[in-house]
Amino acid sequence: MSKITINQDKCKGCLLCVNFCPKALIVKKDKLNKRGLNYVEFKDNGECLACMMCAVICPDCCIEVYK
Amino acid sequence: MQKIFSHPKSLRNISTHYCPGCGHGIVHRLIAEVVDELGIREKVIAVCPVGCAVIAYDYWDFDCSEAAHGRALAVATAIKRVRPENIVFTYQGDGDLAAIGTNETIHAANRGENLTTIFINNAVYGMTGGQMAPTTLLKQKTATTPKGRDAKYHGYPLKISEMLAILPAVKYIERVSLHSPQEVIKTKKAIKQAFQNQIDNLGFSLVEVLSPCPTYWGLTPKDSLDWIKEVMVKEFPLGRLK
Amino acid sequence: MAEKILLTGNEAIGEGAIQAGCQFYAGYPITPQNEITAYMAKRMLELNRVFIQAESELAAINMVFGASAAGVRALTSSSSPGISLKQEGISYIAGCQLPAVIVNVMRGGPGLGNIAPAQSDYFQATRSGGHGDYYSIVLAPSSVQEAFEFMKLAFDLADKYRNPVIILADGMLGQMMEPLEVTSYKLQVISKKQKLITHNSSLITKEWTLTGCKGRKPNIIRSLYLAEGVLEKLNLRLQKKYKAIQQKEQRHESLNLSDAKVILVAYGTMARIAKSAVKRLRDKGKKIGLIRPITLWPFPNNIFRRLAMSNKRLTFLVIEMSYGQMLEDVRLSLNGRAKVEFFGRAGGGIPTEEEIIKKLEVISDKL
Repeated sequence: MSKITINQDKCKGCLLCVNFCPKALIVKKDKLNKRGLNYVEFKDNGECLACMMCAVICPDCCIEVYK
Repeated sequence: MQKIFSHPKSLRNISTHYCPGCGHGIVHRLIAEVVDELGIREKVIAVCPVGCAVIAYDYWDFDCSEAAHGRALAVATAIKRVRPENIVFTYQGDGDLAAIGTNETIHAANRGENLTTIFINNAVYGMTGGQMAPTTLLKQKTATTPKGRDAKYHGYPLKISEMLAILPAVKYIERVSLHSPQEVIKTKKAIKQAFQNQIDNLGFSLVEVLSPCPTYWGLTPKDSLDWIKEVMVKEFPLGRLK
Repeated sequence: MAEKILLTGNEAIGEGAIQAGCQFYAGYPITPQNEITAYMAKRMLELNRVFIQAESELAAINMVFGASAAGVRALTSSSSPGISLKQEGISYIAGCQLPAVIVNVMRGGPGLGNIAPAQSDYFQATRSGGHGDYYSIVLAPSSVQEAFEFMKLAFDLADKYRNPVIILADGMLGQMMEPLEVTSYKLQVISKKQKLITHNSSLITKEWTLTGCKGRKPNIIRSLYLAEGVLEKLNLRLQKKYKAIQQKEQRHESLNLSDAKVILVAYGTMARIAKSAVKRLRDKGKKIGLIRPITLWPFPNNIFRRLAMSNKRLTFLVIEMSYGQMLEDVRLSLNGRAKVEFFGRAGGGIPTEEEIIKKLEVISDKL
């Protein structure tokens, strides 16, 4: 059961991970983090492929991937 | 479960000042990953640019130097000549490398200094508010080309990598892009090659990275990547030039 | 018994740097200092040290920045127009607190000027020719022997204070030939934290340099501090350093001061001519003395202030190959307590003994 963790404090809400996840498992939150930015959240429903596309494209190195 | 993607050791785990969707964050991470994988963190000396990445030394966890605008390759030349056993690289934007620093770039390349240069091409001057860069595309609107770049007044986008490729002492030039995770992986491969070349004493290596600047392109981060893929790549073709 | 050889001032500067352990030289040809570049090209390669003919004076000073950041004694040389190009780099070197030595073999200006000697870059050298509140230490040799010896002094001061040091010479000193006593120097260890490691000639490892972060936290060489108040703190540290230099490093030579009524003030090549004038006038019984500043920054204020506070009514005659640059420092030093006269020529013109003597006669008549 693969998954990712997201450092929501560092997330700037660029939404590139949302765009590139082949399973659409990352969603934008309406809540703001400490920096006043909309962060993203991972839907841990067991469908994660551990493809790492999100981690690779994240400009802020917020994502770590577990397989 | 096994962790298959981690925050690299050579990158400090702190928030950066870069805009959301900026390419600098990706390339900083790729360089840190390459440094860790090659095991050269304790040998690396980075020379930072003037531009948005002027404080890259706050993000990388290895020895770094600032340099006056455009002079990174002169600074790096001296560091490498004096400490040939260290791995010395420059990280420069389009103004640093291809406007004010063109002379230092051409001559470090022509002398075949055993250096690695990572050239971030985002077709605009970000730090100072979005002015025209040498690599700004025709018709692209910037702070100093409000009606769009016009070849008659501003010349054409500068193909510095193509110009350097004709120099015999230049050993490796590759143009890559960040417009998708697949391209980012190719970018990492090119960066790794450029560092490996220095370890192997092969000579001057440069990787030009087409990088997004959502803020001064006036596009969302995703649309910026699409603009690179659909427009910028036509002007700056990807691939190995040398 | 030390060896005596005949060398030009330019070559003496080169050899002095070599003997002082200069590991890196970058320069660009410009008259009248081309002999330094050529000399270093030969000698540095003989000793397996680094020589680069840079693509411009601009590139050369930035290479010196890099070499110094990497922990070696680094040198560049040029002449007036080229030194103008280096000002940005010198400001960065000062801001990053890097040691570096820059040689200016002055020529006529402004602009492209000519290749004759001049002293018209005094302001540029002593008033931080680049941007920002900083000072370079400025040494003014007056003979081929001093051109040689001051190189070691320059590198030692640069390392001691982590500051740029400028050797302010001129085309005449650069081109003239005199006998030189050559002595070899042992490279000094500057502080307990630094250690000498043998690498080719010798590399001093300083704790702040860029050598790769093995065994320590990474070092950063920077002069950019955007956070509130941080740059001001750096500037205060720099100012403290400059005060210490002003207190401890003033140097000058004086001649016949005890009974002098008129004191000539001149530096470098000009001081040689001034000395001849002093000698001729002393032979005639005139009470003339001389002060030759050796450090132009820190300016040797102490001697001037001491003389100004004495009860004598003194007149100072400043002579320069310029239209009055050191003149201002003499005036500042004396602070209105003595009369200051001036004679100067520039653009390649050199005040002669006769002109100095004539000027002194005019002054003496007025006394």
